[in-house]
This record gives sequence, C-alpha cells and structure tokens, in this order.
Amino acid sequence: MLHMWEMPEPRQLAERNNTIPVILQAMARPMLAGLACGLAGLYAAFVGILVLMHGRVIIVDVLTLGQCVLLLLGLAAGAKSRTATATRAILPDLARGAVAGSVYGAALACGLALFQIAFLRTVLVSLSPELRRMLSFGLESGPAMVTLVVAGGALGVAGSLWSRLGGEQRRATLTAATAVIVAGTLQQLLQTVLQRFSFTKAIGDLLFSWAGLKWQGALLVGAVAAVVGSLWPIAKREFGARQPTLHALLSDNRSAFQLALLLLGLSVLPALAGPYIGQVLLMVALYTLMGMGLNIEVGLAGLLDLGFVAFFAVGAYATALLTADSSVALSAYTSIPALSFWLAVPIAVALSVIVGVLFGLPVLGVRGDYLAVATLGLGEIVRVIVLSDFAAPILNGAQGILQVPRPFVGSVELSSPVSLFYLTLVCSMFAAFVAWRLQASRLGRAWMALRDDEEVAQALGVNLVKAKLLAYGLGAAFAGLAGAIFATMLTSVYPNSFNLLLSINVLALIVIGGIGSIEGVIVGAILLVGLPELLREFGEYRFLFYGAALIAIMIMRPRGLWSTSRPSGAMPGGLR
Amino acid sequence: MRKDFAWFVRRGLLLCAILIVCAGIIGTVRADRYSTEQWFDLVAFGLTLGGVYALIALGYSMVYGVLRLINFAHGDTMTVGVFIAYFVARGLEHTKLFETSPAVAVAIILIVGAVVSALVALLVERFAYRPVRASGGFAPLITSIGMSFLLQQTCRGMFGSGVKAYPDPGWLQGSMRIGTFSVPNVEVMVLCAAALVMAGLYLVVNGTRMGTAMRATAEDPRAAVLMGIDINKVIAFTFLLGGLTAGVGGVLYALIYKQVYFMMGFLPGIKAFGAAVLGGIGSIPGAMAGGIILGLAEGIGPTLILDGLGIPAPYQLRDLFAFALLITVLICRPQGLFGEAPARRA
Repeated sequence: MLHMWEMPEPRQLAERNNTIPVILQAMARPMLAGLACGLAGLYAAFVGILVLMHGRVIIVDVLTLGQCVLLLLGLAAGAKSRTATATRAILPDLARGAVAGSVYGAALACGLALFQIAFLRTVLVSLSPELRRMLSFGLESGPAMVTLVVAGGALGVAGSLWSRLGGEQRRATLTAATAVIVAGTLQQLLQTVLQRFSFTKAIGDLLFSWAGLKWQGALLVGAVAAVVGSLWPIAKREFGARQPTLHALLSDNRSAFQLALLLLGLSVLPALAGPYIGQVLLMVALYTLMGMGLNIEVGLAGLLDLGFVAFFAVGAYATALLTADSSVALSAYTSIPALSFWLAVPIAVALSVIVGVLFGLPVLGVRGDYLAVATLGLGEIVRVIVLSDFAAPILNGAQGILQVPRPFVGSVELSSPVSLFYLTLVCSMFAAFVAWRLQASRLGRAWMALRDDEEVAQALGVNLVKAKLLAYGLGAAFAGLAGAIFATMLTSVYPNSFNLLLSINVLALIVIGGIGSIEGVIVGAILLVGLPELLREFGEYRFLFYGAALIAIMIMRPRGLWSTSRPSGAMPGGLR
Repeated sequence: MRKDFAWFVRRGLLLCAILIVCAGIIGTVRADRYSTEQWFDLVAFGLTLGGVYALIALGYSMVYGVLRLINFAHGDTMTVGVFIAYFVARGLEHTKLFETSPAVAVAIILIVGAVVSALVALLVERFAYRPVRASGGFAPLITSIGMSFLLQQTCRGMFGSGVKAYPDPGWLQGSMRIGTFSVPNVEVMVLCAAALVMAGLYLVVNGTRMGTAMRATAEDPRAAVLMGIDINKVIAFTFLLGGLTAGVGGVLYALIYKQVYFMMGFLPGIKAFGAAVLGGIGSIPGAMAGGIILGLAEGIGPTLILDGLGIPAPYQLRDLFAFALLITVLICRPQGLFGEAPARRA
C-alpha cells in the first residue's frame, strides 16, 4: 500500500472571482507579514522572554538583546512585505514596507493597551512593569502607542530597503548583525575565555566592558565578520586555483575533514577555555556517548526505544553502589570491598548489558510505535521502582547515594570537569569507532535489513532474536558507561536524574543530527545539549528555545542536520 | 504460529505475571483488611480516573489512526485549555453562578476548556505538523516532542510556574448516597460528563459525513483521497475533535485533583496514551475501554495485589501498575485489546 505521504495533493478549489479592490489586494501581503511579526513579538512579550532578553546588554548603553529582537522583527516585517512576483519599483516597495512595519507597530501598541486591563494583569504573570517600561520607552500610553506605530513604519521601510540590496551585501550585513548579537549574548563566556591569557586579554578589554560590548567593539566585531564573510568565498576560489590537488582532496573528503576539525576543536577547546566550557563539553561528550548507543538501536536496527534512560540509570547506580563511601553502598553491609572507579565500570557496563538484554527479551515481538510505548513503559517502571520505598533498602529511594569517589589515574584524581571531559571524550570516540566499524559489518548489515523489513530479513537468514538482543545490549553498554561517568561526575546519584526527558533528549539529538549518522550524533549533542547549557541564564526558558528549535529544524531539515547520504529506509513505527 | 524463542519468553512472562497477580489477590483476600465500602470507593475512584483517561486517550487514538503519529503534545494542548478554563472559573466565582446554578457554571468551564484546547490543537496541526507531514521518518515525532516543550513553557511563562488551586464549587464537595455506599459528587459529575462527551463523539464519528471521511482516511488514506476526500480538512477535523475531548478531560482531571500547573498534561498524557494503546490505538471504542481499564487497574490494583504481597506503601507503585499492565498487553496482544492486527509494514 502506498502511504499517504506519497499521495497527490487534493484538487485545489478554483480561484474565486476577485471582487476585492486592487489596492487592498496589493496590501494583503504586507499586512499579513506585519501581523505575523507583531504576533511573534507579542508572544515573546507575554511569555516573558522579551523582558529576560532586555536584561542582557548587547552594546552598552545602546542596545539590549530584547530590543534587538523587536528591531529584527520590524525589519523582517518590512523585508517580507514583498511577494516574489511584485514589481521592483522603489516607491511601492517602500509603501509596502511602511504598511507592514506600521501593522507590526500597531500590534505591539495593542499589547501595550492590554496593560490597561486590570484583570489581565492578574492572569498573565508576564505583564510586568519592566515590560511596560520597555514597550513604552518610558512614555505615557497614548504617545507611546503613536511612537510604536511610527517607529514600526520606519523599521518596515528600512527592512524593505534592505531586501532590495544585492545578495552579497545582504549576506554581509546579516553576518555582521549575527556576529554582534552572538558576541553580545555570550559576552560573559567569551570574556572569561579571553581573560585567561595575557595576549587575548587586550582584545577582550578592547571589545568588552563589564556589561557588554562597547560600541567601538560592536563596530569592530561587525566589520570583521562582514569582511571575513564576504571574503571567504573568494579566498576559497583562490585556494582552489593555487592548490588544485589539495583543494580536490579536501572537497572529496569533505565530511571526514570536517569531522576531524570538529574533533580537534572539541579536544583542544576545554584545555584553553577553562572549567566552565569544560563542564559544558563534558555534558556534550556524555550525551554523545549515549547518542552513539541509541543510534545503534534506533538508527541501525530501527528499534525505537524510549526507555533508554533505564540503562543509564543502571550504570550510574551500579557504579555508585560499588564505589561509594557511604552507609548505603554495598561495601557498608556486605563483604564486597569498595571498588575503584576503573574496576566498577566494567561491572556497571556488564550489568547494563544484562539489563538491556532482559529489557529487550519481552519486547522482542513488539514493533514500531508499539515498541516505543512498551519501552517507555519499561523505562518509567524502572524510575518508579527506584523512587519507591520498596527498593529503598538497596537504592535509598529519593535520597539517592552520595559520596561517589572520582576516578584516579595513578595518584592523580580526575576531579576537574576538563579531565573528566577527556575521559568521556575517549569513551565516546571509542563508541563512535565501534559504531563505525559495525555499520558495514555482518551484524550491521543484519541490523539494517531488520530495520528495513523484518520478514525479509528473517527470510534471508538473519537471526532476529540474536540481532535485536545484540542491539539492545550494545546500546545499553554505552548508556551504562555514560551512567558510570555521570555518577562520578556528580559524585552522587539521585533517582530524579533518570526521567523520561533524558530518553527523549537523546532521541531528539540523534534525529536532529541525522538518524544513523555518527557525525550527526556529535552535531546534535552540541546543538541540543551544549547550547542550552551555555544559555543557562535564561533558566527554564531554555526548554522553550529547545522546543522551538526542534520544530524549526524538523521543518527545515526533516532528515537531520548531518544526515547520511545513503537513502535510509528507517521509518519509525507504522509510518510506512 | 511458530513456537520460536520469543514465543516462549512471552508465555513465560505472562505466566509470571498471572502468578504474581494471583498471589497478591489471595494474600489481600486472606488478610481481609478492607471493608466493602472501601473497595467500593476504590472502584468508584478508578472508574472516574478511567473516564478522564478515556477522554484524553480518544485524541491520541484518533490522531494516530489518521496520521500514524504519536502526538506527544496532546497532553499539553489540554493544559492550555485547562489554564484558560481556570481563569474563567476564577471569574465566575465573583458572579455567584457557582452557588445559584453550579451545573451551568461547570458546563461553562468545560466548554471553555474544550474550545480552547481545540483551537490550540488546530493551530499546532496547521503550523507545526502540516509542514513536516510529508517528510516521514522521525520528523513528525520529534516535532510533536518539541511542540510539547513549547506549549509547556508557554504556559509556564504566561501563567507562572506555581500550582494554582482550582476553584472548588461547594456543590462538588458533597457526596451522594447510592444504597449503602456514598459517592462524592465530583466523581458522579465526571462520569456523567465523560459519558456524555463519548456518546457525542460516537455520534459524530459514526453519523456525520466528516466522521465517515475520517474513518475512511484511517482505513486507507490513498483510497480516501481517490474518493474525493480532502485530507487536510479531515486531519484538521481530527485534531479538532481530539482537542475538544482532551479539553473536557483536562478540566475534569483538574476538578478531581483541584489543581492546575504547567506540567499537568504530562503524566495523564503519557498514561492516556498508554490507555489508547491498551485498547488498540486507532480504535475509538478501544480508547474508551482502555481508559476505563487503566483507571480501574490504577484504582484497585495497588491495594488488591501489592498489598497482598506485603510490599510497603503500595500507593507509590500506582504508576508501575499502569505501565506493567500496558506492557503485558503489548507483549501478548500487540494490537491492543480491541485493535486489528497490525498490517505488515512494507
């Protein structure tokens, strides 16, 4: 049966006779653009991110991130006000931009008017005085609303002018603006990195003051970004002309080259950048490790597993129970001595594999989406049991297990995030190597056959039980290893760390990166784990951005950011 | 059926499950610690919860039937409706409508919740799911997960992260006597409302043109298009119905537990999804039955079985019960209790 995704579009209704005046027709697009941007602005305001972003200064005394968002939305309204088919005459363009911008401003003005309604202020916690001050520029309501509409119109005109620029100039301005905003948003981070060395300290002092970019710094960053952005293609062409063999070599092995660069960057950066970046990268590496494991299950074998966190938990708890120096550890009430981290890890991994196989046994015959639900249920069962009084005598319930020691190499304790990062990096490179070697192996091909069609695979002699259990076991091994490192990283284990969100996070990162691709796991982990860690100051709002990013990436790149070039038949349950 | 390795594993597990359940029941019956009234209370509570799960499960089931998509955002669509309904309820508190005609007030809250949830479901479908529908793969699933985060955090950002106490009309606090048993009014009201909505839904799906189109699409999307069915309309309609029932279910859930907060859609969402699978996902009567069975299992299961096994604090393991039931059914009857055997994937 052909599936519905492959169906022809239903017949469109015949165009209705146009009786609407021409001028209104011409203005429909700008008005819609303005309205869309206005609604986006209002959403940002009422959810509360606008005020939060207002607190982050981009250029000292000039611009905050919140204002940036509002400005960019206004410009976008103007830039999007022209349809592709419309004429390129300047006056109609400006008029369209002005209309779009004013509609945008009017939408914001409406938002300002909502402050008058007392009832709404009790409902929406985000209608704060700061938001009012921000939207009204400190003016009274009446003048402020007029200002908003006029300023919106001006922005719209600017936006439409920008959209008339050539492609090169547009790209350069966009790069410059992005660079300034990124430099401003991450200024704390960049500054701590720059302050570490004396020669970069001068650059840091030149660009940044304590609160944000200086205006000279912003100009410099923007100019450098624009120049580099516009010179890059030229430089590339030059390089191709001068060193044709090297250029060909690089472009032939593009993805390997990029991967090597990525790994090099990942391994050098924390040593230079200090403990904070080290901590962030540690999380990235940890999730990469888990992603490699889940990628074997989902990407290669097509077993959609939402209970992945269970293996992670087993690894963490096993390590904690075996090594901890506390009254709930095994050494406290049995004759087993407290082990070192290195001795505990193999046991933890072995236990995870056993649990993975036990986990896979009952759901051997369950397929597709049903498998997702069954594994989700299994994962939740593990969590509930760990939390309950029933298992408390061993696992200590909600109190968790404390005082898990750090690993030692010789007499050196791996206590800093950076040293733990290198440990994790080695583990995840090993995992990547295993996954890479497995892909084209007999087992890997069996998995892929299984993923594409179970019956056919069985008919061709693939041992389904063995292949599936091996996939669960191997996936669980990597997750268990990650769990062991997690336990020693936190030096404690709490049941609340092991919830469904973790499984979902790992699944999301391998899909975002490109299902079945090893590089994709790294890219996904950087994007979905590293970036949210860097944006910690946005608190819970990280998850808002996280959700929005998932949707946006899936709409724009449904196959993932770094998808395998091979056509992948991996459809999750029942989609085919 | 070939008796392969998996078959033996399945049988073995089933046998274990049955043994544990029997041991638990015998233990509880012999201990005889609970009176008939207490058992009745547990059953009534289980049924009530089951009614709510069934309402939420309907949306999952219908959407899955038409789109083959696990809509992770379904529970959060419900949360938005519950929040708006909460503010309306707060407003109604000032008008004395709760004292004079409580039934009307509750009906208003339910309708507001349902309509808002339906609107949100329509928006989500139009702007998030429709663009990724054609890409297949994992894209729709991940989009729905992203949507779930987005809706949760939108609620948190707009309405705050605290737990809000739902207005508690005095009428709902009383209880009703049926024979020798007494049933809280809330539970009676929830059951009646759930039954009404389900009956209405049944009529819509089986009696209207659009409902027929929906069933046809679920059966065979390609043939449905060839018969001249506008697939976009059918999908939107499915989300509309799912949103309506989820909104009612969510408000009822809030009335039972008397609280709203931004994560409230998560757990009932997951469980309702389990209920949908339990009954056979894609089947509407299955979702209703699955919800009721899950609710009952959660209501009486811990006391009936775990208590007999001497496990401390059985109530903590309530969720375990729901999931264990779900997995047992999936292992032994993957298509669910009322579903058709899953077609071989080609």
